Amino acid sequence: MFDYKGYEWVFWEGLQVTLLVGLATIPVALTMGLLGAWGKLSKNRLARILANTYTTVVRGSPELVLIILVYYGLTIALQDLVAALTGDESGIDIPRFPAGVITLGLIYGAFATEVFRGAYQSVDRGQIEAAQAYGMNRKQMVLRVILPQMWRFALPGLGNLWMVLIKATSLMSIIQLPELMRMADVAARAVRLPFTFFLTASFIYLGITILSIIALSRAERWAARGVRRA
Amino acid sequence: MALFTLLENHIGFFHDTVRPALDGACQTVQGGLVSLLGEKSAIGVNFCRFVEGAWLTLELTMTALVIGLMLALPVALARLSRNPLLKWPAFGYMFYFRGTPLLVQIFLIYYGAGQFSPELRQWGLWDGLFREAYFCAVLTLVLNTTAYSAEIIRGGIQNVPFGEVEAARACGMSGRLLYRRIILPKAARIALPAYSNEVVFLFQATSLVSVITLLDLTGIARDVISDTFRTFEVWIFTLLCYLAISYCIFWLFKRLERRLMRHLQRRPASQAPLNAAG
Repeated sequence: MFDYKGYEWVFWEGLQVTLLVGLATIPVALTMGLLGAWGKLSKNRLARILANTYTTVVRGSPELVLIILVYYGLTIALQDLVAALTGDESGIDIPRFPAGVITLGLIYGAFATEVFRGAYQSVDRGQIEAAQAYGMNRKQMVLRVILPQMWRFALPGLGNLWMVLIKATSLMSIIQLPELMRMADVAARAVRLPFTFFLTASFIYLGITILSIIALSRAERWAARGVRRA
Repeated sequence: MALFTLLENHIGFFHDTVRPALDGACQTVQGGLVSLLGEKSAIGVNFCRFVEGAWLTLELTMTALVIGLMLALPVALARLSRNPLLKWPAFGYMFYFRGTPLLVQIFLIYYGAGQFSPELRQWGLWDGLFREAYFCAVLTLVLNTTAYSAEIIRGGIQNVPFGEVEAARACGMSGRLLYRRIILPKAARIALPAYSNEVVFLFQATSLVSVITLLDLTGIARDVISDTFRTFEVWIFTLLCYLAISYCIFWLFKRLERRLMRHLQRRPASQAPLNAAG
């Protein structure tokens, strides 16, 4: 049953790409999330409309469709740009890795927006008043008082997001990024053992989930180390 | 049996009356769209195909939801049971299906079944079942949504306020009666917001069945693109279809929630008794 006919290496190669895509997406998603939350809470009407449209569209549509749309959208837009700049109509090949990371980052940034907005609203009003009483300006207040405390409230939500994200990297196989799912698929076709290969791949995803749960509960305890418990 | 007769009449009515009427309406709209947008519009010319695709998407969603919800309650109860023979299998099943990507599950069942085709054929499970993408898609979606729904129901049951259970016990309720009258109705109210999210996620997740050749909304979009090469136009239209249906589902659940929570709604301030706080 678990005879991989010499194709064991595909799991290792795939796992590396999967983790790399997942980890590289985090900064993109966090940036988009902070920007989105800033837009939603902003007094500027245009910023609010943009941020609300962003989260509404992403939350209301399937990841698969978004991935295909953004990936091909990026590709075509870049090709047009290159054609306009250099007159080269032959088209360029967009590297799949950055395109995939940007796509996932845009999608999960919308979910992170909601997490950050909730976290911002969970910060105790008294803390903000105290910061104002100390004469901090808005920038100091955000950097020294609000952001450090937001992380604690945002951590459980972001942790859930990470676990959804790492599973969603499997969708990158649709745009032929050689991550775990794609590698397992290629090997399964080569040796005609689809069940064996996909079952193993699924157990590797399960392993990532288990490790993530352990790491997150530690991180949450660490982030709450300054909190007195009732 | 009465239920089956009812269902059969229903399906008969559907096939003989509703479907042709829908198809007719579709053709009319398509005709209108073509004259409005011109012969070259990928969406106008293929409007009926998109409706067919959306139909399959909704059909898959509904089927998986109904079967999934029926299975989720027993699984959730098994998960909460003190009997290790019930608890741990339920835990393992839920953990596996929640911890692995749906795409892998679909491939595992649809392509993976091929590895056991001689055995499945012997048991009569191959032709018409595991060989068909439709059956595999429904099976995977059911297994997936059951696991997520069971987790939501478990959370609902565990968050029933202890005082209410205590009060019911004091009134002499126990076992099934306690579950039927107190715990499950309360748990359903607690679980509803999370469940509405699961319904929308499942609806969106059905787009993955297009990967195993089914012609749902996403599958149709790919097909139309390979016919017309109108990549952007078609994907954005598809996206808008999903958006519209997603927010319809959100809206329906909001209404249901308000209906179920009627007794908790705060009365307008003028009507509230003055000593309400005491």
